[in-house]
Parts: sequence; structure tokens; C-alpha cells
Amino acid sequence: MAGGTYQAELSRAGAGATGVWGQALFFVRSYPLGAIGAVIMAIFVLAAIFADVITAQSPLTTSARNSLAAPGGTFWMGADFMGRDVYARIVYGARISLAVGIGSTTLGCLIGVSVGLASGYLGGWFDLIVQRVMDIMQALPLLVLALVFAAALGPSLPNTIISIAIPLVPSVARVIRSNTLALRELAFVEAAQAIGMSEWRLAIRHILPNTVAPLIVLATAQLGSTILTEASLSFLGLGVPEPFPSWGRMLSESAAEYMRSAPWLVIFPGVAISLAVFGTNLLGDALRDILDPRQRG
Amino acid sequence: MTMPVIEVEGLKKHFPIRKGLLRRLVGQVHAVDGVSFSIAEGETLGLVGESGCGKSTVARTVMRLIEPTAGSIRLGGTDVTRLSKLAMRPFRRQMQMVFQDPFSSLNPRMTAGAIVREPLLVHGVASGREADERTAEIFQQVGLRAAQMGNFPHQFSGGQRQRVSIARALALNPRLIVADEPVSALDVSIQAQVINLLMDLQREHRLSYLFIAHDLAVVEHISHRVAVMYVGRIVEYADKRELFLRPQHPYTQALLAAVPVPNPRLKRARKLLEGDVPSPVRPPPGCAFHTRCPYVMPRCKTETPVLQEGSPGHLAACHLLDG
Repeated sequence: MAGGTYQAELSRAGAGATGVWGQALFFVRSYPLGAIGAVIMAIFVLAAIFADVITAQSPLTTSARNSLAAPGGTFWMGADFMGRDVYARIVYGARISLAVGIGSTTLGCLIGVSVGLASGYLGGWFDLIVQRVMDIMQALPLLVLALVFAAALGPSLPNTIISIAIPLVPSVARVIRSNTLALRELAFVEAAQAIGMSEWRLAIRHILPNTVAPLIVLATAQLGSTILTEASLSFLGLGVPEPFPSWGRMLSESAAEYMRSAPWLVIFPGVAISLAVFGTNLLGDALRDILDPRQRG
Repeated sequence: MTMPVIEVEGLKKHFPIRKGLLRRLVGQVHAVDGVSFSIAEGETLGLVGESGCGKSTVARTVMRLIEPTAGSIRLGGTDVTRLSKLAMRPFRRQMQMVFQDPFSSLNPRMTAGAIVREPLLVHGVASGREADERTAEIFQQVGLRAAQMGNFPHQFSGGQRQRVSIARALALNPRLIVADEPVSALDVSIQAQVINLLMDLQREHRLSYLFIAHDLAVVEHISHRVAVMYVGRIVEYADKRELFLRPQHPYTQALLAAVPVPNPRLKRARKLLEGDVPSPVRPPPGCAFHTRCPYVMPRCKTETPVLQEGSPGHLAACHLLDG
């Protein structure tokens, strides 16, 4: 093989990926969709952090004169019925919606993974009891369960995250448990036992890393529904309290009344939610592949 | 005579069969039903038998991966049969296992180096640089390059994976390696390489092997002594040469007759066994082999034969030996 093509082959395989930029370039080339997801999420996160820099209006300032102003001019995404700038509310809303979405998904997955791992690995009575509790939790819809917790804990951002995270636990725990059951029978687990490894270390070192792939898929799929659950909670007065903007509430409080007369009140928050869900799904897919040594060749 | 590395006496493993909501006990799988053997230093005991005869259960019980129902396991003179998990740990350094499936026996998310290094870390034998050096040394011993330590299992071929598996078993300098069909999943040409590696390692480290296989040619090559298992019991136990030249049990005779001979012109009168292996849930009364034995006698159906010496050092469990 000629030297030049060989070099090209190597760099395509990622051998020349040195430094942050080299690796970033390699990531973009091998996972273009994942890169798009990463860019979308980066924009949202940056918007959330620098919200006060990139908006001219306050998201909380009301003005009767500008009620339901159409997009254009000073309100380039329009204004809601209280005359608040939709663009500013979406940018500031990113703070709450991302905090709730990422926070509750992470918390729910952490609890779910611990429960599922313990349940599948320990088995016996512990497993039986835990699984029946999960059955009870799954018998109720996500929203109903979240409502119960939100009502009990009271409206605030941390409480909203907790009340949305708890209903996520059963589905995560189920998937991790069934994975654990399958992995526990594999020879490399026996090999670890033959070495004399403690059960605890075995579960963390050998079983947990092998459940990452389904977990990422599940977590990215749940992220969208947590943002929407937060919307419903806020709509019912049990989520993040008024007047702080969140995408979900912007959508739910205007969907019924203004769908026809002021569609921008529905479209822009809707697009924001869809983009966030789309971005995390793309990123999650790429992450799952990157974290799997078999996919790296 | 020096003390055997391992002595197994009357080993039994019965798996309960439970059914229904109340987990009612409805039967027992007699996977291993009274197996005894011992292995001396530097010796290989080949354990052969059809699939489902309890070979692997013997291996797992000896390794204390599953609890024996009855019997005793003595490791270098110490009874380890009833030791707790914690008390068992120091003894695990003396015996290690190589598994059949080179794909599922290595964690796909760990590098080969990390897999081999792990036993060292778990037992606190070495850490950091020292562990790396020891790992590199073991890699070379099993015919892998130290540069391959960073590779993941899927980047190795089947034979190389089995070498990684052997390296992991060697890491703690064990006296006994239990090899459960270590080559049955490999190509014939690779089988020879792995077998020769095992034999070289045995010479270098005075290792003892419990070598489980169903391939008689492989067993004949590597073993010093051979035990033949049938439905949870050892039916014949002898020196390798003796067993292959003068098999005494009808089951061993049938097994040897079924070995293909690489000469198409050689026509042999083959005594092929008919029927299936009886279920270990309800083993037949008397001799378990009486359902398929060409020499079956009335007493075979009622009386279980015990292992007895047909000739010096050659044990077989068959009523025919009584004359």
C-alpha cells in the first residue's frame, strides 16, 4: 500500500486524533448526527447560562399594550397575552426546563440503576418485594404519580425534579434488572467469582458497565417526557411556581386558548422542546456507540 | 508420595427443581452423584463424558462457584468444602479456572490487560507499575505481546482470547487450574496451539490440571490419568495409556469405538450406542448405563456397581468385572 493512502487510512481510523480539536474533528466525522445533537444541546446550555446577555427584554416584564403582539420588531418571537417577550421567556425557560429534564432523568436513572442492580443481583426475597413495589408504581401513569409527589412536597424547582424523577425509577429498574439477570449468568462473572472478588465489587466493575447501552437509550428517551411532565405539573400549579418561565408551561397555558389566534405562543416553545428531545436522542445514540469498545473497532 | 494438590471425596451436587407459586420441591437433578478423585502436583486428570453428564458441574463445585450437596474438597490438605466466601478467598489463589466460551468469559468492556491485572489487585498481590510489569510478563508467557494489553477482547481471535483467559488464571500463580472444555470452541489448528501452551506452562510451573473435555483425542494428548463420567458418576478411572488400550467399562469401550479414525479404507466393526442418555432427574436404578449397555445382566438393573480395581490402578464400575 502506498504511504499516502496508508496515512489517510490511519487518520480516518482515528489514529491521528490528538488534542481536543483533533478528537472533536474525529467525532464529527464518525458521528455526524451525534455532532448535530451535541451542537443543539450546546446551544441550549449556553443559552441557559448566558440568558441575560443574549436577551434584551426581561422575561417577567408585562405590558398590556403588547399583549399577544405578533412576531417581528422588538418581539421577534412575539409576545404572550401578558405582553411578555416569548424569545426571552424561551431563553430563560431553558434554565428551568433543562434543569428539570436533565436533573430528574439523572436522578431517576441513578435510583433506578441502584434498585435494578441490587434487585437483579441479590435476587430472592429482596427482588420479589422490590419488583412488586415497582409493579404498584408502574400501575399509575407517570403524571399521576408525579402529581402525588409534587402535591406532597410542595412547588419548587428541587421538589419538581424529585417528583418527576421518582416515577421514572420503575422502568429504569426493570431494564437494569433484566440486564443484570442475563449478565450474572455469563462466564466472565463466574471468572470474577473464581478470582475471589467481592460481590459488591463484581456488581460495580463487571455488571454495571455492561448495562450502559440500554441505560443511555432509555435516559435519552425519558428526557423529553420529563420536560412535558414538568409542563403539566406547572399548569396544575404544582411545578416550578409562577412567574418563572418554563417551556412546558408556556406551551400548556397557551395551547387551548391561543392556538388559532396567536400560534407563535405554541410553536416556539414546542420547537424548543422538540429540538431538546431531538438533540439528546442524537447525542445519546452517538454516546452509546462511543462508550462501546466493540464499536470502536 | 507427595500430598495431592486436590482431593475430592464423594462429591455430590443435586439441583432442586421447584415449581409453582409456592416453589414446591418436585424433584432433584442428580448432576453429580458421588465423584471422587485426586490430582498430584504436575499431573493432569482428564475428565470426559457426554454433554450433560455433570462434567462442568464437577468443575464449578470444585471451584466453589456452586455449593456441593455432599462430599468434601481438600485443597493441599485443607478441607475447603464448607468455608465461607471470605475464608475461601486465600484458597482461591491456589486454584483458578479457564472457561469454555472464549467470548463470554472475558468482560467486553475491559481491556485484556485490565482483565489479567484484576486478580492481582483483588488479592493485593501487586498494584500500579508492579502489577503492569507482572501483567506484561504473563502476557509473554502465554504467547501474547505486551503491546496487546490495551486491546479489548473483541479485537482478539478465539485462540488469543483463550490465551488471555489462561493468563488471567495464571496471574495468581495457582497450583491447580480447572479447565472446563478450554478448546472445544476453537478450530482444530488453534486447539493444538492452546493445548501445547497448557502443557508448556505445566512443565514450567509444575501446574496441576483438571482438564474437562469431550474430545477423546485431546484428552489422550494432554492427560496423565483419565476419568470417564456417565450420568453424574465416574464409571472408569485409570492411567491414560491403560484406559485407551484396555478400556474395561462398556461405556468407555463404546466411546473409544466412536472416535473417528483418519483412514477411510479402514473398516471397523463399530459398536454404536443406541438410545439416549437417561435423565439425571430420575437416573435408572442400578447401573445408570444398563439402558444402553450391550452386555446388560439382570443384576445391573437393581444393583449399583462400585468402582473396583479390574487391574492394578485401573478402576471401573461394572458388574462384568466380578466375572
